Amino acid sequence: MIAVPPDPHRIVITGIGLTAPNGNALGEYRASLLEGRSGVSPYEIRYFGKTLAGICDFDELRYQKRKAVRRGTRAGSIGIYCAQEAVADAGLDWENVDKSRVGVYVGVTEHGNVETENEVFQLKGYDYDTQFWSHHHNPRTVANNPAGEISLNMGITGPHYSIGAACAAGNAGFVQGAQMLRLGDCDLAIAGGVSESIHTFGIFASFHSQGALATHDDPTQASRPFDLDRNGIVVAEGGCLYVLERFSDAQARGASIYGELVGYAINSDASDFVLPNPERQAECMLLALQRAGLVAEQIDIVSTHATGTTSGDIQESMALRQVFGDSRKTYFNNTKSFIGHAMGAAGALELTGNLPAFRDGVCHPTINVEQLDPDCALDGLVYNEPRELKRVDYLLNNSFGMLGINSAVIIKRV
Amino acid sequence: MPPVRPGRGAKVKTENEMTGEQIRTAIIDILGDIAPDDDLSDLKDDVAFRDQLELDSMDFLDIVMELRKRYRVEVPEEDYGQLASMHSTVTYLEPKMQDVEVA
Repeated sequence: MIAVPPDPHRIVITGIGLTAPNGNALGEYRASLLEGRSGVSPYEIRYFGKTLAGICDFDELRYQKRKAVRRGTRAGSIGIYCAQEAVADAGLDWENVDKSRVGVYVGVTEHGNVETENEVFQLKGYDYDTQFWSHHHNPRTVANNPAGEISLNMGITGPHYSIGAACAAGNAGFVQGAQMLRLGDCDLAIAGGVSESIHTFGIFASFHSQGALATHDDPTQASRPFDLDRNGIVVAEGGCLYVLERFSDAQARGASIYGELVGYAINSDASDFVLPNPERQAECMLLALQRAGLVAEQIDIVSTHATGTTSGDIQESMALRQVFGDSRKTYFNNTKSFIGHAMGAAGALELTGNLPAFRDGVCHPTINVEQLDPDCALDGLVYNEPRELKRVDYLLNNSFGMLGINSAVIIKRV
Repeated sequence: MPPVRPGRGAKVKTENEMTGEQIRTAIIDILGDIAPDDDLSDLKDDVAFRDQLELDSMDFLDIVMELRKRYRVEVPEEDYGQLASMHSTVTYLEPKMQDVEVA
């Protein structure tokens, strides 16, 4: 007989670990968002050459030996840093936590491209003779690698796996963790998303071929969702993992709570490989609202997904108007304007950038809007300067991805 | 690491061929990459690597791979046990690397 956990459906965030191009901890990251500090820099990668990217500078050796860094992947190192920081932030007595009751659920946009590209590049030096192909290839490229490296590093013996959900993966990892807590599969979930994507030339070259890679003389102005002169995506690396617990467990141990998951939805466009579908996006948000028992005007801040592409930003704006058009008190912001598109980490980093609003009541802006695109001119769009709100009770975080995956999560102030 | 070319069947050791001490240095270089957290300065040649360093089976495969990459030396699986200590490794590799010319 499976023991039914008490109050299994209330899931709260009690710890946050992150690395973003403009901050390696929540306080620094939030300060960057309120002070308009971008994390986008010049970047160069083999074959593709000079471009721009959001680059993280966290200390890999804080939680890993050099050998583990060499053997593993960048996604693994990002995941380990975020997971360790999240556990420390949660104030858990980690030594005495039953590690068999901890689950690790890491969202990824893609995994294995970086390692495969590196190894093919090295193999070229041996005239493509596969006897020189590394035995590290398989453990580095299996899809569960980032989650597995966390379990190895932290001695976690509960379930671990990755959730592949394109650029909705940060939300999807979070949702997976919450679902597993509700099912009683674990008592603590380390969940969210990571991305090592700036280390694959393929992602830059593919966006470039698609006409969707941002360029700008000033790297800090290259990511400019909703601006008329936007010209594409800035690729970023990063990670954000939460410690999730049942509310009753968190309350019992007197944990500090960042917010409660009260609604979520994931759906599919079933219409195109890359083009978004505003109808399905709207349905996704409405389903999340319905599950939360809320109406649109109860949402104080919507963290938009907008990536800075010409069509994608307009289509999300259409979906937002459909859902929030009558709301007088909902504000919209965008975090990619600061850090670029952190792919599998985007959803989690963007939600997290907004969580302090429950405490400080401030909605950070979307930056780099010099000429607001009329097609993106949402009434409540907060741009260029932060906006003080009286009180923030609910956040809705959008993350959408290729192959038509949409996700929305709603977090409540506790 | 400069490339080292396989020799062309030279039987007489010349100044350019690897001595036992040079093989030891080559192994230390490889171990330095594979076990970057370990101090190799007082490695004891007659004590097993595993008893002195944090090495696992993947690391031994790395040693085999690096010997192949750097010196084109093949260590068949049945001989992996010969790589247990520095002494046994050098002894095992000396005849295999005698034709390797130091660039």
